[in-house]
Amino acid sequence: MEFNENFILGCSAIGAGLAVIAGIGPGVGQGIAAGHAASAVGRNPGAQSQIRSMMLLGQAVAETTGLYGLLIAFLLLFLKPLLP
Amino acid sequence: MEHGILLSGGSDVDFMIHGVFKYSFFGHEVWITTTHVCLFLVILILCGFSVAAGRCMRKAAARAASGEVSDETPGGFQNVVELIVEKLDNMVDTSMEKFAPGYYNYIGTVFIFILVSNISGLLGLRPPTADYGVTLPLALVTFLLIRVNKWRYQKPLTIWEDYCSPLPKWLPIWVPINIISNLAVPVSLSLRLFANVLSGTAMMALVYGLLGVFASIWPAALHVYFDLFSGAIQTYVFCMLTMTYISNEIGDGVRH
Repeated sequence: MEFNENFILGCSAIGAGLAVIAGIGPGVGQGIAAGHAASAVGRNPGAQSQIRSMMLLGQAVAETTGLYGLLIAFLLLFLKPLLP
Repeated sequence: MEHGILLSGGSDVDFMIHGVFKYSFFGHEVWITTTHVCLFLVILILCGFSVAAGRCMRKAAARAASGEVSDETPGGFQNVVELIVEKLDNMVDTSMEKFAPGYYNYIGTVFIFILVSNISGLLGLRPPTADYGVTLPLALVTFLLIRVNKWRYQKPLTIWEDYCSPLPKWLPIWVPINIISNLAVPVSLSLRLFANVLSGTAMMALVYGLLGVFASIWPAALHVYFDLFSGAIQTYVFCMLTMTYISNEIGDGVRH
């Protein structure tokens, strides 16, 4: 069975869509981090700036996995590595 | 769609790196790309700023030395320069404590460079940090600093125990896995910065490319988020992670 170019491009688009599902995890994780940071500020308002910087750091690290998925989607959509 | 991303070529949705001209380097075909041009512009901006800042501070020092200053308040530009230096030094101080003085210069330089690179999307350039060839060297320098500090401040036996870490030191089964996890540091550090800036660039290219004339004034709000906010956060994160990794390796700072 021979695959033509359009079939491969369509499958790449589906794969890109599936890869971006990786964004769910970081979304949940960042939400949890922000929620805990909010409750921490509620308990200890004096440490607000420190808590904020720690939250941003943790969220940025958690974001990495989602960005990997996004990167794969970009590769599939714009560099088209699967085309012969 | 020339008004969207200036140095990005002609077609409508396009945020790729483009070659400007090519030359032959020992038989290899090498391209000067838009990344080089944008990088050069960023460096030019930074050089201009630092020359102006240096001249301003030298003038202030000369005035202080001549003894006519006691009631003189610093002018506008001097205030800005001092504020930047103070904020950066404070950031290094809070995370590296007594080892901060050795890293003021490096962290400050990297911070300003990445920040201006990320923000250069506002000037219509394609941000240089949206090219993996720019972020990987930055992360490799961090990696080198981590390794060098590990060997400077830890005994070889401790390093070996670290590599076998969950298991006792006579059972080195986990060594390859620990080595891989060490090698993942520069990869994740560079990919995080690269993917964040690239996603912002791609998003802006999509808005300008697909909406055409409808994307007139309101994309400024998107610029504020993708270029300013995201760029500043990623800059901060890159520098904080670099400092955290380095101070992890330094530990209590006793040279053996």
